[in-house]
Amino acid sequence: MIRGLSILVIDDNKIRASIIEQGLRDAGHDRVILVHQMDGLVRQIAEINPDVIVIDLENPNRDQLEHMFQVSRAVRRPIAMFVDKSDSHSIEAAVDAGVSAYVVDGLKRERVKPILDMAISRFRAFSKLNEELEEARSELADRKTIDRAKGILMKSKGLSEQEAYDLLRRSAMNQSRKIIEVARSLVIASGLLED
Amino acid sequence: MEKSLTPVIAGFIPLLDSAVLVAAAEMGFAEQEGIALKLVRETSWANIRDRIAVGHFDVAHMLAPMPIAASLNLTSLAVPMLAPMLLGLGGNAITVSTSLWEDMAAAGADTGGDPGSTGKALAAVIASRRAKSAPLLHFGVVHPFSGHAYELRYWIAAAGLDPDTDVEITVLAPQIMADALATGQLDGYCVGEPWNTAAVAAGTGRIVTYKQAIWPDSPEKVLGVTRKWAEANPLTLAALLRALSGAADWCASTENVEKLAGLLSSADMLGCPAEVCLPALEGSMRLGRNTMKQVPDFLTFSGGAKMAPMPAHGKWFHEQMVRWGQAERSEEASAAVAGIFSPDIYLSALGLENVPRDTPIRMFDGREF
Repeated sequence: MIRGLSILVIDDNKIRASIIEQGLRDAGHDRVILVHQMDGLVRQIAEINPDVIVIDLENPNRDQLEHMFQVSRAVRRPIAMFVDKSDSHSIEAAVDAGVSAYVVDGLKRERVKPILDMAISRFRAFSKLNEELEEARSELADRKTIDRAKGILMKSKGLSEQEAYDLLRRSAMNQSRKIIEVARSLVIASGLLED
Repeated sequence: MEKSLTPVIAGFIPLLDSAVLVAAAEMGFAEQEGIALKLVRETSWANIRDRIAVGHFDVAHMLAPMPIAASLNLTSLAVPMLAPMLLGLGGNAITVSTSLWEDMAAAGADTGGDPGSTGKALAAVIASRRAKSAPLLHFGVVHPFSGHAYELRYWIAAAGLDPDTDVEITVLAPQIMADALATGQLDGYCVGEPWNTAAVAAGTGRIVTYKQAIWPDSPEKVLGVTRKWAEANPLTLAALLRALSGAADWCASTENVEKLAGLLSSADMLGCPAEVCLPALEGSMRLGRNTMKQVPDFLTFSGGAKMAPMPAHGKWFHEQMVRWGQAERSEEASAAVAGIFSPDIYLSALGLENVPRDTPIRMFDGREF
């Protein structure tokens, strides 16, 4: 039986790192180590002696890491994943997703590719997660604005909540605008009038 | 109707010598030439290299030796590249910890940053440390293929030392250098501004010499483009070079210094106080707590012929790669390097003629290249 590969994940972002770890474990890799900070990394890498290193592109220490691989005798020489130029699709996918990987020289491509693919998909999933969170936040903000606009109409025109909402919707339709835009204008205008 | 602008995406590292790109984007020079210049800040030179190779960036702020290393296949994700324009001359310095400085000063180091004198003092300090079996001094540079690495090594070697065995040289990100010096992880480093001034201002470092003294008017960063992009977009590249030349002239004008420092210090650029940016821009350097020195050409931006790359520049960088075992000497490589640093694209974009091309390079120790 081939011994499982040891995989070192270097990522400041602890949530993302654990998402990747989980993915790798689910895929049957049980030797996954997470590192969040660079202090003493050379020593750690020498101890862990990883076959594959996965690192996020936001990490400012990539230059240091690459140099260390070039000169250190304590570390088996990992090389950039991307020496195989024939696989330009993987290269682009990884850089697009914001991740890079280094593998120890001599490892078979077939063994390493699924790991990189996994890292790429988890990085993508993470940024999608973040986008959704952003969207949810701005939706929440939009809803608050519409509530305020409704409140202004209810108070100034003596309308029920439903009537106030209908009025906003009708005005939006008449002006070919979004409800949130009409609501925003109303909130701003009423703020001006109050002063 | 107004003509639409051609988008150009440029990667940059937050350093003072990203000024020309920043000014081109922010002060209207790019638009004047029909270009919408979008700057993307990066965190490492490895990212710059990778993202230009996969086409995220059209052009990038690069360490001068990087296009050579990429073209000669010395790094990963290597693609043939060109350095059609210099983005700044000088701008680096070598800073040591205050305790190393005390030893160097006691050994007679020049307080004004003379590289011959400070190198000699370093050699004396290292000799006496060796006699006491003290550990090797630890120096930092930002990248193995960088002006910083070669300037530091040249200075050390010119003092009769071997930079591979008499000191230890490691790579660290520039923004971490000053802290690494303060905590004793490093005894010295060679880095671009404002990261020398940062250590002097913090009272933890002393500038012992600088790039302009080691190799006067030498290129530091270049505009890097892949050969593929340059060949596919010759008109856009020419327009961009004119825009950058105009921006470089603007950066060079003393009356714009404060405005430039303001632009650079903003949060989406360098994100550091303007007063830390100013000394290098004004050429008024604080070398140590009580030592000011006027170095008018400490960091030079200038449009026109001064920013033209020259084959001799490329040759010098390649010589250093060979000297320190990073590359092998070959006629093929020499020809490639001369092509990468050819001034032709830049001079023809600006319509400049009769520019002298074979000015020799003269180092502080009198050697010529």
